This record gives sequence, structure tokens and C-alpha cells, in this order.
Amino acid sequence: MRDVAIIGIGCTNFGEMWERSFRDLFFEAGLNALEDAGAKGEDVDALYVGNMSAGKFIDQEHIGALIADYAGLAGSLHVPSTRVEAACASGGLALREGVLAVASGLHDVVIAAGVEKMTDVETGVTIDALASAADREWEGFMGATFPGLYAMIARLHMHRYGTTREQLAMVAVKNHHNATMNSKAQYEREITIEDVMNSPLIADPLRVYDCSPITDGAAAVVLAPVELARKLNNTPIYVRASAQASDTITLHDRRDITTLDATVYAAQRAYKMADISPKDIDVAEVHDCFTIAEICAIEDLGFVQKGNGGPATEEGMTALDGDIPINPSGGLKACGHPVGATGIKQAVEIVQQLRGEAGGRQVSGAKIGLAHNVGGTGGTAVVHVLSVNR
Amino acid sequence: MAVPRLWRHIPTRYNLIGTECQTCGGLYFPPRTTCPTCRRDGRIIERKFKGTGEVVTYTTIYSASAAFHRQTPYVLAIVKLDEGPLLTGQIVCDPDEAKIGMKVRPVFRKLGEDGPSGIIYYGTKFAPLTEASQ
Amino acid sequence: MIGITSYGAYIPRYRIKVEEIARVWGDDPEHIKKGLLIYEKSVPDLDEDTATIAVEAARSAIYRRSIDPKEIGAIYVGSESHPYAVKPTATIVAEAIRATPDLTAADFEFACKAGTAAIQTCMGEVAMGAIKYGMAIGADISQSAPGDALEYTAAAGGAAYIIGKKNLITEIEDTFSFTTDTPDFWRREGESYPMHGGRFTGEPAYFKHIISATKGIMKKVGTKPSDYDYVVFHQPNGKFPLRVAKTLGFSEEQIGLGLVVPMMGNTYSGSSLIGLAAILDQAKPGSMILMTSFGSGAGSDAFSMTVTDGIEEVRDKAPTIAELLKNPRYLDYALYAKHKGKIAV
Repeated sequence: MRDVAIIGIGCTNFGEMWERSFRDLFFEAGLNALEDAGAKGEDVDALYVGNMSAGKFIDQEHIGALIADYAGLAGSLHVPSTRVEAACASGGLALREGVLAVASGLHDVVIAAGVEKMTDVETGVTIDALASAADREWEGFMGATFPGLYAMIARLHMHRYGTTREQLAMVAVKNHHNATMNSKAQYEREITIEDVMNSPLIADPLRVYDCSPITDGAAAVVLAPVELARKLNNTPIYVRASAQASDTITLHDRRDITTLDATVYAAQRAYKMADISPKDIDVAEVHDCFTIAEICAIEDLGFVQKGNGGPATEEGMTALDGDIPINPSGGLKACGHPVGATGIKQAVEIVQQLRGEAGGRQVSGAKIGLAHNVGGTGGTAVVHVLSVNR
Repeated sequence: MAVPRLWRHIPTRYNLIGTECQTCGGLYFPPRTTCPTCRRDGRIIERKFKGTGEVVTYTTIYSASAAFHRQTPYVLAIVKLDEGPLLTGQIVCDPDEAKIGMKVRPVFRKLGEDGPSGIIYYGTKFAPLTEASQ
Repeated sequence: MIGITSYGAYIPRYRIKVEEIARVWGDDPEHIKKGLLIYEKSVPDLDEDTATIAVEAARSAIYRRSIDPKEIGAIYVGSESHPYAVKPTATIVAEAIRATPDLTAADFEFACKAGTAAIQTCMGEVAMGAIKYGMAIGADISQSAPGDALEYTAAAGGAAYIIGKKNLITEIEDTFSFTTDTPDFWRREGESYPMHGGRFTGEPAYFKHIISATKGIMKKVGTKPSDYDYVVFHQPNGKFPLRVAKTLGFSEEQIGLGLVVPMMGNTYSGSSLIGLAAILDQAKPGSMILMTSFGSGAGSDAFSMTVTDGIEEVRDKAPTIAELLKNPRYLDYALYAKHKGKIAV
């Protein structure tokens, strides 16, 4: 297997992009990534695109060909293009597919991208489409919503570990603060604990400000084998590990409802592959689709003991200047969560951090970063470890 | 939605018919064609669950998909059946009645309908187990 | 001898009071309460309909006697609010009690007496030996137009009876019906709410049919009113059954136990059957019971029966009417309208 590096990154603004279509979003992210890599369309050997639900959101399938076509890579170049789907982990999986393609030696220059256009349908349709990441037959038909499932995780976490409602709110407050320094973020504004606590209930105990928003956006990275990367780019960021794990699709069948075992296993495999431990991670983008999800993530990734996610957040451990800064981009919560694009955006953020290009939200001295992307309530988890050094 | 998708699960949804693996004794609801533990060594038979159990965790849904929009707020829970398996279902009670550890019993309710002119689908929800209902 | 082997009932836990309905329509609640002898009525939950009520009642009947559902050869559900215009409620019940597939099933409609017609049908099939047990259910989420006088009484609930020759809790001596074509109350196909003939629903309809059927059964079996310990009539309100009892020579003691309408309303097809259930909840072995239903359109089915020793075995095995009426949740008119689908969206 060959070592792989990220040599280019691109990301659209995240938000309600009323004037921009699915195709517009993808094109912008892909073009920016290629320009950043100093590569041309002719260099591209393959495309992998993460997308959760274009079939429901824009009534369009066959996304791989559509994207290759509108990127100008299909009509004359006939570049192979593959859509990858694992609900909200689609982007992380697309990155992994791209890494595997380059590592195997099959392809040299590969674009791994993610895109979601979520605001072309009514909100009720969006809620229903997101609920399809859970088990439609045995969760959805019973009235389960996505926030509802995470709310049940939160309720049990609070019951079992004493995690407080305020600690959940602190996740949102921190991530909104980080997003004020990210011009691509959907919400570039501060919020207070009171704002969270007074926002309307969505699924008790989760409130509006505990939930990631509905977002349009796209992100892309360009991958290359290390030798080629050095020729094309001055600051390649190395992919030290790409790991993935599955778990039961239903929340109720899990070994433990408050633990995402898919995260635990993906993380263990990633640390082993990179030959590091959680302590070596300088900065992480984790899957905070809900505030409780970030608390579970920092536990399941091994940054804190199980049950200590709430107090660790309260003590500032996950803040930009904390021991392990979490979600400097603002996370899914404040940067936005265009579901298929999120996993790639996380990698984009970590690359910026490791390059030292993250501006006001720069984590000083970051050398090793982690991106953690979850599908559903934890049926799929993907963990990538990126590093300045090989 | 075409009718067969709802029709095929009628026995399971009405009466909590799951499966049992005779090799390892594992109990599963919903039914599984393969035992996740024994895989091809598993011997799967039908198993009806009583439907009594305990609330493991719960939430009250205030923002629902279009199909459940008119029923909010409603209580959704993960219930551990007395026989062991866990499942997700609604609890027919007021939001402030729900508690972790609450004992529940099965009730037969409408789960939803395919619009005002489409098929109605029925199945099992849960209600607090009171002395009278025992 | 043919009779009742088991019974079960179900009443939703929501209620609305006469005062709340009267507040909305500008009526005098005291006048309504005195005039109709009704105080509150049951209302279905958002996810309850005639099928779910029928299933709960049926399961309660099965549970009370620990009957093997595979021994039930016929299920008939009487209602005027079947969830489907075409597609039986009875198959839903059959599947939900695991009686399928070796049985017959059908839905009945005869306004408020479809449940007792179902009992008669089961008696016939049991008598000819075609089936061991038959299940007859009367259940409704009764319909009434907003602001109509019916709205004070139209309630939700039902009862299920298992008819057989073995393990009886009552022996049915005989049944007698009285039927004419009298359009006192109706609902046209596709309409949401029934219409009625106002005062015409009284003398020429309710009273004439119940009196005739009741006299008919007593003549047929050779009994007189004083032979019965308990009597139950269809209960469109509290007043009508009391008046018809008096006319026929029954006392308030005889009718009291089965008069459930004041605290739960008129459950249409479930009405006389829930009244009978309330009597069976307490009746001693050897007690004689007379039940006469009434269905608009119009007809009455009368039954004469005697409670057996078997009643003591099953009495406490399933919820009683008194238990089902406990701990109600009261709704205001707006929530009631939502529960009943009376808000057009």
C-alpha cells in the first residue's frame, strides 16, 4: 500500500444557499480543491462523492455521473465517478474510498468530495429523509425522528453519568464561538447557555440549539500518492490512518445505548494504523450532529473516560485553547451540516489546521489531527488521522 | 408506499412475533433470518414476546416528520422486553408520566396511515403498567 | 345450551364534560345533564379507532378465559364507524388475537345494534356445530356533527363477547328480534356525520322497538319483568333506558347496574354490550339478565340469559368497566375536536 496525502482542499460557504443548485455547489468546491492542489482536470484519475439523499432532497440519483459531467470531467475525459452513501458519514466514506484507491496504486490523483443540497424541499420532507438514516421499519415507523433517537441517548447519558443539561448547552456555545472565526460557517455568531436552554424543545431534552441545522454545502479534497504530492504541493498533509466500523442500525440493539461502538472500533483501528494514542491528537473535528453526540464522541474516541464528556466540556478541555480542541470549524452545530459534505469538510478543516492556515481559530502547534464522521445514530463511523509528518 | 411493505409485517407488528436462535438461545425482535451470533450455525424459530417490559430511555417528540406531525407531543422510548430484546416504540402517556425504569404493557394502536385515503397501519405501542391492567 | 363464555371491554381514557361542550355551543349544561342524564363522555386517543378498540376488547375477552384463539371460528365486528368503508375491521381483530387463518370474519352494520346482531349470528353457528366459539364485538368511535345534540353523548368504546357451548358464564335462554323500516337516524355514504329525525327517534323508533322486542322475548321464554335481576337496554342517553324500563315494569334497581351511559356516553354499537359487561362484572351465579339493544333504522334484539357458576372463575381476570372508567383525562373542546378529527386541515 502506498502512503497517501491530501494536496488540495476546497469548500463552499455553508448555509441556506437559495440561489445555488446542487451542481453549483459541487463545482465550486471541486474547482477550489484542484486549484489549491495546483492540478488540472486532465490529472484527475477518479472522483468519489459522498452524498446522502439527493434522491429525496432534489429527486436526483446517478450523482456520480452528474457531478463528473458538470465538473467537465465526463464528456471528453470520461473520468470514473462513484457516489458513496452512508447517511451522514457519506463524506467520510468518500474520503476513505479515495484514500483506498490511491493507496492501492489503482489511481494517482483522486478527488474525494461531499455535497448536499437540503433546502430544495419542505422541512417535513428533510426531517423524514434524515430519519431514513435510522431503521425505517423499526424506528421510523414508530415515530422516531433523528433528534428523538439522540435525545434518548442524551436522557440515558444524563441519567447514568449525571451529565447536565447545561453541559450539553456548553457544547453548542463553544462551537458557535469557534464558528465566529470561520467565514464559511452557517452561524458566525455567539450564543449563550441561556439561549440554548430557552430555545424550543425538539425532542426532550434536546432543544433547537442542541441540533445541527439544515444546510446546503459542498467540500472537496485532492488526494495523491506521497511522491507525486511532493512534486505538486509544498505542504502535503499525510493520511496516517483511515478506519471505519459498523454497528447495528437501530439504536435499541446496541451493546450500550450511550456508547457508539462504531466510533470506538474505528478509532482503535485508526490509532493502531497510525501507531499513535488518543493523547497524540492535537485537534479533532468530531460528529456533533447534536450536542450529546460531541460528548459521546470525545468519550468514544478515547479523549476522556466514558461518562466524563460533560465535565470535560464544562472545564474547557475541548475549547480552542484546551487540552484537546474539538470542532474548531464550529462543527456540524455552527458551521452547518450538509450531511453528505460534512465528512469532507472535517478533513478540509483539519488540513487547514495542520497547515497553520486556520486564522483566528488556529490551534497552535497542531501536528496531528483527527476527523470523525458518523452515519445515523452510529451504524457507521469513519475516523481519519491526518498529520503534518509522514 | 405500496401495500405489501406494510402487509408483510402485520403479524410482527400486531403481536410482537420475533425469532429465537435454538443454537445460542438468543432472542430477537424484530425477527432475523440469521442469528447475529451464530450466523449460519444458528437455528431460527418464531418466538412471540409478551410485550411487557421496562423503559430504558425515552424522549418526548415535539418536532416530527409529516406523518406524525399531528400527534406531537408524543413519548417515544426504548423498551426492554421482559424476555430480553429491546425495541423502539411509543408510550401512550403524558410526557411527565414517562420515567426510566417504568414498567409498560403492550397496547394495540394505529401506527400511521398512508394519507386520508390510503392504508391504515396498526401495531403495538406501550402503556404504563398499572395495577388495574395487570 | 348456548351462552357467553367470556367477555371483555375497552373504554379510552379521555373524557369531555357536558359543561365544556355546552360552553362552546352556548347551551345550558344543567339543562343537558338533567334532560339527557349524561355528565361526561369518552373520547378516543389520536391513534385509536374502532379497530383498535375492538382489538383491546377482544384481547381482554381472550385473556379473561385463557381461550386458545385458534378455537374461535367466527369474528363479527358491529360498528357504524368502521375505519374503512370497504375492508373489514374483523380481519384486523382476527390477526391481532392470532385467530387466523381458519375462521370466518365479517363486519356488521345496523346502527347501534350491530354488536347484538353479531351475537345472534355466532349463536346460530355454534348451535349448528359449525364452530366451537364465535366472537361478537360491538365497538364505535361514535360520530356526531359539531353542535348537534348528539355531540353530548356520542362516545368511544366497545365490548367483545365469546359465544359457545362450553365454559359458560351465562346461558342464553333465547333471543327475539323486532325489526321495521323506520328511518330515525342515518348516515349517507361518504358523509362524516349522521343525521337524525329529532324527536322522531323516540316513540316510533327507540321505544316502540325496545318495548316490542322485550315483550317478545319474555313471551317467548315465559318470563315476566320481576323474574330478572338485571336489565340493560340500549343507552343513547340516561333518560331513555330509565323511561323504557318504567314503561315495561322494571325497577330502577334492575336497570341501575348496567346503566353506564351517564359517566361515559353512548358508544353506539358498544352501548348495551358495555352495560351488560358492567352487570357481569358483579352479577351472582343464578342471576337472570335481560338485554335489549336498539339500532336505528330500526330494530331491537332481546336476549334472556342466566348467570352460571362459571362467572366466579373469570370475574377478576380482566379489567372491569369500573376499572376502565377510573383515572380519566379530561380534554377541552379544542383538543376533543382534534382527537375526533373535527378540525379540517
